[in-house]
Amino acid sequence: MFSLADQILVLVLLINFISLGTSRLIFSIRAVAVQGVLLGILPGLMHPFSWHLVAITVVIIAVKGFVIPQLLSRAVRSAEIKREFEPFLGYVPTLLLGAIFTALSFGFAGKLPMLPEHQNYMFVQASIATLMTGFLVLTTRRKAISQVIGYLVMENGIFIFGLLLAEAMPVMVEAGALLDLLVGTFVMGIVINQISREFSSLDTSLLTSLKEE
Amino acid sequence: MFAALIILPLVGAVVNWLIPYDRLRPKVLALFAFAHLGFTIQILSFTPPESAGGWFHLDALGKIVLLSTSILFFTCALYSIGYLFYRRERSNRVLCVGLLVCLSAASLVTITHHLGLMWVALETTTISMAPLIYFNRNARSIEATWKYLLICSVGVALALIGLYFLAYATIVARVEPSLLLDDLMRDAGKLSSGWVHAAFVFLLVGFGTKMGLAPLHTWKPDAYGEAPGLVGALLSGGLVNLAFLALVRVYQLCLATKEIAFFQNALIVMGLFSMIVAAIFMARQSDFKRMLAYSSVEHVGIMAVALGLGGKAIFGVLFHVLANGLTKGVLFLSSGNIHRSYNSKSTNHVRGALRRLPWSGGLFLAGFIAITGSPPFAPFISEFTIISSAFIQGQMLVGAIFLISLTVIFIGMALTVLPMVMGEAPASSETTDYRDTIWTVGPPLFLLLLVFLLGVWIPAPLMTLLRDASALLEVRS
Repeated sequence: MFSLADQILVLVLLINFISLGTSRLIFSIRAVAVQGVLLGILPGLMHPFSWHLVAITVVIIAVKGFVIPQLLSRAVRSAEIKREFEPFLGYVPTLLLGAIFTALSFGFAGKLPMLPEHQNYMFVQASIATLMTGFLVLTTRRKAISQVIGYLVMENGIFIFGLLLAEAMPVMVEAGALLDLLVGTFVMGIVINQISREFSSLDTSLLTSLKEE
Repeated sequence: MFAALIILPLVGAVVNWLIPYDRLRPKVLALFAFAHLGFTIQILSFTPPESAGGWFHLDALGKIVLLSTSILFFTCALYSIGYLFYRRERSNRVLCVGLLVCLSAASLVTITHHLGLMWVALETTTISMAPLIYFNRNARSIEATWKYLLICSVGVALALIGLYFLAYATIVARVEPSLLLDDLMRDAGKLSSGWVHAAFVFLLVGFGTKMGLAPLHTWKPDAYGEAPGLVGALLSGGLVNLAFLALVRVYQLCLATKEIAFFQNALIVMGLFSMIVAAIFMARQSDFKRMLAYSSVEHVGIMAVALGLGGKAIFGVLFHVLANGLTKGVLFLSSGNIHRSYNSKSTNHVRGALRRLPWSGGLFLAGFIAITGSPPFAPFISEFTIISSAFIQGQMLVGAIFLISLTVIFIGMALTVLPMVMGEAPASSETTDYRDTIWTVGPPLFLLLLVFLLGVWIPAPLMTLLRDASALLEVRS
């Protein structure tokens, strides 16, 4: 079943590039939602059946695949914006950087000792690459929504690594991490609403009144 | 017993959420903060044994941070009674509830020895503070809140992946997988150094962001500048110490893995860089709350350098946790009063504060003298211990940069503070109906007296506590 997990991780990596390359916000939100659903399937492929596992799968797919994307889509609709305009760094350079980061993460992971049963799979690679992709989206995009999407991709990267630890991490920490993600997005959603009300746009580069002269 | 520290503020938060009267809420807040302080003192004198399989364990390090947080929080809660009386134009429900949730999470950070749980609590403090920075509901405060939320969330996310690396290191090493500090320290020798190294880097960057070490400090001036004075006091005197405690936990692990030299050097470099950045930006700062934010960057820098130095500096930095936290309270609360009276944070408008507000102006001036490390206040003792330790260890360069930064910062801060408090208020400056009252002056005055008292005399129980805590961070070769 692990080889199927590897296929899914390849898809996750491809979605990283979609989120780096697209300017349409709704499309990008959907891509991240698909990524969330894919990640939700992964635990089921790695462990034998148990009700605990089913519960985790359902919660992850619901939160990452539906609740959070729904919140974001609503923010996009209420702010009436469709596209990311003029990111701080163009799409082609960010895609290139994304490719470089992905390559680097494969190099990084190769240097670290792994458990024999994880040896031939690319959890660590996919995790670091997704983390870096999220960071890239977060730092290069202008719109608040894109930055939140970047944050979600980062969290997805962390989640992939968390899969390796499923036995080591008590349920409480899993639940806490997921809750923090939800609350964080929720608070960010509220802030986004306020930004659009104050500035009638969601462009964080307008947020410059606090710059140092 | 531990549960009381966490549940009590949460009960207070629920009560405050249900109360419909704006004038009653700060009083309830102060009541619960007082009860929390009472429990804290109780728990410090009769510490219960560790519980829940080592998940809850209040050691000397946690005690110091818990004590300083609880004192500062209680003072800020008292202050909120007077302060919110002048802010009747908006509801204070979110503020009062958020503060209590934050207190609960902060207590959890200090008493848990489970790194995962500590991470969750730390993230909760970050999120619960976000709506409070946005208290003024204008374009500037939304910008500050956005930056704060985004940068801190990324920082805490990086810390989480660091924790995951640690956990995976335990799995690879075939020891009992765990994120309990005590288990990790016991098995430290067996962990693979590649994973541990990577974990330390991520944890340093993650918790460093939350603490506001340069170059990850960019959210700080904005958040501190736009938040109400009492929120600023809690951010710079409370949350900073919590993030510092998290770094100290990593430090303890480093001690156990013998990878300490690498981590110490990284801390010294980041700390000195923070001090230099603070020195540069402190000069010619025309917004006095932003100036205080850079002072906070300076002091987290001092703490990082001291932790990196080790030896006697450890005693200094642990004392600095208390000294800096309380002094920041004096500065932020009195600056909040000055801000209320002039309705401006710009030093172009704010002049002659001593004449207009003798108490608040005087407290601000005294706070400035204390925070820059002048005797007879507590930060003098801590900073002096750290500097002398640097020179005793032969770290001449570190000591020199440290001293030069302190001097430049003193001059830069004086250039902003002295014109503010001296002279006459210009005719152009606004006047509001704010007057110094016992409620708005008493709390910072109380903190200043504590800072003074600690500067001339450290009580024996506190001395024992500081010694015990430093012993936990000694480098054993």
